[in-house]
Parts: sequence; structure tokens; C-alpha cells
Amino acid sequence: MANIISDETIEYVGILAKLELSGEEKEQAKKDMGSMLDYIDKLGELDTEGVEPMSHVFPVKNVFREDVVTNGDMREEILKNAPGEKNGMFAVPRTFE
Amino acid sequence: MAKQYETVIGLEVHVELATKTKIFCGCSTAFGGEPNTHTCPVCTGMPGSLPVLNKQVLEYAVAVGLATNCSITQYCKFDRKNYFYPDNPQNYQISQLYLPICRNGKVEIETENGRKFVGIHEIHMEEDAGKLIHDEWDDCSLVDYNRSGVPLIEIVSEPDMRSAEEVIAYLEKLRMTIQYLGASDCKLQEGSMRADVNLSIREVGAKEFGTRTEMKNLNSFKAIARAIEGETERQIDLLEAGEKVVQETRRWDDNKGESYAMRSKEDAQDYRYFPEPDLVPIVLDDAFLEEIRAKQPEFREEKMRRYKEEFDIPEYDIEIITGSKHMADIFEATVALGSQPKKVSNWLMVETLRLLKENAMDPEDIRFSPEHLAKLISLTDAKKVNSSVAKEVFEVMFNEDVDPEKYVEEKGLKTVNDEGALRKTVEDVIANNPQSVEDYRNGKEKAIGFLVGQTMKAMKGKADPSMVNQLLKELL
Repeated sequence: MANIISDETIEYVGILAKLELSGEEKEQAKKDMGSMLDYIDKLGELDTEGVEPMSHVFPVKNVFREDVVTNGDMREEILKNAPGEKNGMFAVPRTFE
Repeated sequence: MAKQYETVIGLEVHVELATKTKIFCGCSTAFGGEPNTHTCPVCTGMPGSLPVLNKQVLEYAVAVGLATNCSITQYCKFDRKNYFYPDNPQNYQISQLYLPICRNGKVEIETENGRKFVGIHEIHMEEDAGKLIHDEWDDCSLVDYNRSGVPLIEIVSEPDMRSAEEVIAYLEKLRMTIQYLGASDCKLQEGSMRADVNLSIREVGAKEFGTRTEMKNLNSFKAIARAIEGETERQIDLLEAGEKVVQETRRWDDNKGESYAMRSKEDAQDYRYFPEPDLVPIVLDDAFLEEIRAKQPEFREEKMRRYKEEFDIPEYDIEIITGSKHMADIFEATVALGSQPKKVSNWLMVETLRLLKENAMDPEDIRFSPEHLAKLISLTDAKKVNSSVAKEVFEVMFNEDVDPEKYVEEKGLKTVNDEGALRKTVEDVIANNPQSVEDYRNGKEKAIGFLVGQTMKAMKGKADPSMVNQLLKELL
């Protein structure tokens, strides 16, 4: 494997993803990430000199909607997706920045 | 000799755009709805839902960019800013990092120290987040996603400002420009305009910038000025004590007049931006930009210059009237209906400002129509109502936008011009107030005032005071 993921990197990625990994899981994740990066590195073999970076594969541009209200009150439906509900709001574990 | 320091300030200003719907879905942006009644799968981040850009958001952003002398990015995209927080159900905010819609602008500001330009680094479009309420009772957080997806532009200035005065002048300039465009009402108190202050200090003459802090939670011009003064002092004290300024985000507490650290650079977030795959690129041709440019209104400075030339009203009046696009519109429309500019200006400057202040309203909240103001002015011009009745009528008009002609008619407030009826009343007043009559005849000029008052009272205010005065003098 050409890409070796360090303990610090996997720790940092874990923090960013808000995941708590066991020692065993960390080792597995390091291997997986390394092989993913190896795979992606194949792209580096291509000559992309002078090619604009692309973020979309379809030749579509300028898709807009008019500024007209089309949605009514669908609170009941939406709240069905909430982990908990109180006073018409999503109730989630107490969170502070 | 003590060191001389200068303050270096750059601003990040968020402005909520005045669209009817959210940036990426057809949900209403109306304020004050019951929690989560303006939500849908898109703005609550449901898997499989797809955003579509509101065209009005793009038009407003380009209009603000053109008005602030920016170059418009004609190939423009959105990016994802990734972070986990319950106010953001997608776990990313759709924003712009790599190709923001506007770049390299500038606006001219004026302070006591003269005129200068403040550079605009960029303006980008993004979505607002939901609102989080912490429930002490159940030890949980409650989320209302009505705000989620409300369109914002963020205007990032260059670090070109050197004092609180310059910052306020810059914000006023942005606010006026955006209000004139109709792109936002820009109310700091209500959060439709929010400013974060980036501030550092350095010794006068230094080339390098000092370490900066970012200050949040500033919701009035006064709070911004106080926060700038407080933070400047705090940083000078640190340097003078041989300590270092730490790059961090601080929250201003305006009641205490001090700030505290929210997070330092060490635990600053890594947002892992990447291009938003759900939205296609925006390609703007010159014709589109021309179309937006053609729709730009007459801005405040031009308006002030024109008023000075066209209307014979004091400079102070011009400043107040043009300070609100809405008020200026009312002024111009009323004058266009044939009312004398000076009289229109007087109604706006005296009675309107008084009532706005008493009701804690902004000029934007004025409801009466130019047609009704013009009618009221012609009623007074024709002496059909006297000035105190006119003020009464105006107050009703201010509150309910009634038609003054109809109102005067219905309430029977017309000045009685029937000399016979008036003469009869004056005769009664003279007969009933012998003491005042005698005083007047003995040379006490002031006594006539009392008699005028008594007559006006008997006429229930519906007489022309100068006519009463004249009749009294004649009969005494």
C-alpha cells in the first residue's frame, strides 16, 4: 500500500465525523482509507494539463425556480422524521456550541 | 513615549434577502410562522431531496454586487461546507467558497475625517440555518427549521477600516444601497443584517497586520461601536503587558460591555469544502448582467443631489427623507400629485417622524398612501380644515390609511366658513365673558386669546382661527 494513514489522521477524521472507534476499528479504517487513496491515485497517472476541473458530469447549467411559494404546511409529515418532538419542534439531545 | 496603535478592521456582513421563498425550495420565508410550518424535505435535509436555486436570489446578489462595484463571476458554483450541528439538518451548509458570485468591489464612505474607499473582497450566496432553543425542563434542544434555507448573502470586506466611525459609515452605506435595491430590509435588531467584526491592532506605521480576533453577536450600531472600542483596548492591554493576542472567535456581551472567547484557532473547524454536486453551474451572459444593471434604482447620493436641485427644502430634510427609500418614494409620489414639496416635507419631518417615534416604528413601516397625503394637503390649502383638525386627521390616516376627504366629511370636521353662524357664536362668547371683554377694552391685548379659545371651543374646533380673530376685533 502506497498510502499509509497515521494514527493522528485517523484520530482527526474520527473527531470530524463525530465517530468513536475502538482500537480494532481504527486499524481497519486505516487500511480501508489507505487502499481507497491508492485507488484514487490511479487518476494521477492521467495527464490533466490544461483541463479545467469539473464538478458536474452533465452538460447542464442554469437550472432555476421562480420565487413563488409552492409548499404548504407539512409540519406533521416532516415531524415524523424527528427523533423526538416537543411543541411542534424537533427534540434532540441537548447541544451547545 | 507610549506606543501609538492603530486598529485594523474587516467586516463579514450577512444579509437576509427579501425573497418570498427559500433559496433552494418553495417554502415561505414569512416571519413568525408556527415552528416547522415552513419546512419540506429539501430544507430539512431529507435523503433524496434535491435543491433548485431561486432565481430571485441570484438577481439580488448580482444587483448588490453591481451596486458595490464588484466584478460578477460569470461562471459560478455552489460548495458544501461540512459541519455537524442540529440547526443544520443536512450536516452541510450550501455556500460558495471557490467561485463566489461577486468579487473585488468597493464602496465609498464618508466620516468626519473625509472620504475613502472600503474594498469588498467577495459576496457569496448561502442558506441560513434553523433555530435552536435549549429546553432546561427536559434537558434537550428543540429545533425549528423555518429559518433553514432562508437565503443570505455574505459580504466580506477587505481589512480597510480603522475606526468604529468608519465601520458604522460602511454598514450604513451597505444598508442604504441594499434597501434601495429592495434586496433586504437590513434590520440589525431583527437579524436581517448581521455583522461580524474582525479586528487586530498594530503599531502606527507597521506594515504587517497583528493577530486578529473575530467578534460575534453584534445586533445594533451602538453595540458594534462599543465592541470595537472594547476589543481595541483589550488587545492594546495584552500587548502592553507583553502578552500575545490569540486568534479566536469572541462573543460580545453588550450588557456587560465585554467579550469572552468562544473558540480558539486550535479547535477551529475544518469545514472540508467541496463542490455541491446537487446544483448545476450558473453561467451568466453579458445580456443578463445588463438586464440587472438597467434595473438599478437611483441611489441615495444621486437622489440627494437631485432633491437639492429640484426642491426648495432644507438639506436636513433631504437627509432624513432619503435615509429611507420608502419615505423618499412617498415624498416623490405626493409631490408628483401636485402638492408643494415644502408642505409634503413638513408632514414627513414633523408629524410622521413624531408618530414613528411614539410607535417605535421604522420609516419602512409607513402605511399611508401618497394619494391620501396629497388630499390632506389640498384640504388644508383650501382652508377646508384648520391645522389642528388636519393633525388629528393625519394621525388617523397614519394608523389606518383613511381617505382624509371622506373622513372629514363623515366626521363633520370641515371648517365652518359660514360667516353668519360664526358671527352668532362670537356674539354669544362676547356676551358670556364680560370680564375678558372689559380687560381687552382696557388695553389687555392678551384677553382676546381667551375669547378666540372660547369661540373655537364652542365651534368644536371647526373654525378658522384667523377668521375668529378678525370677527372678534370687529365686534369688540
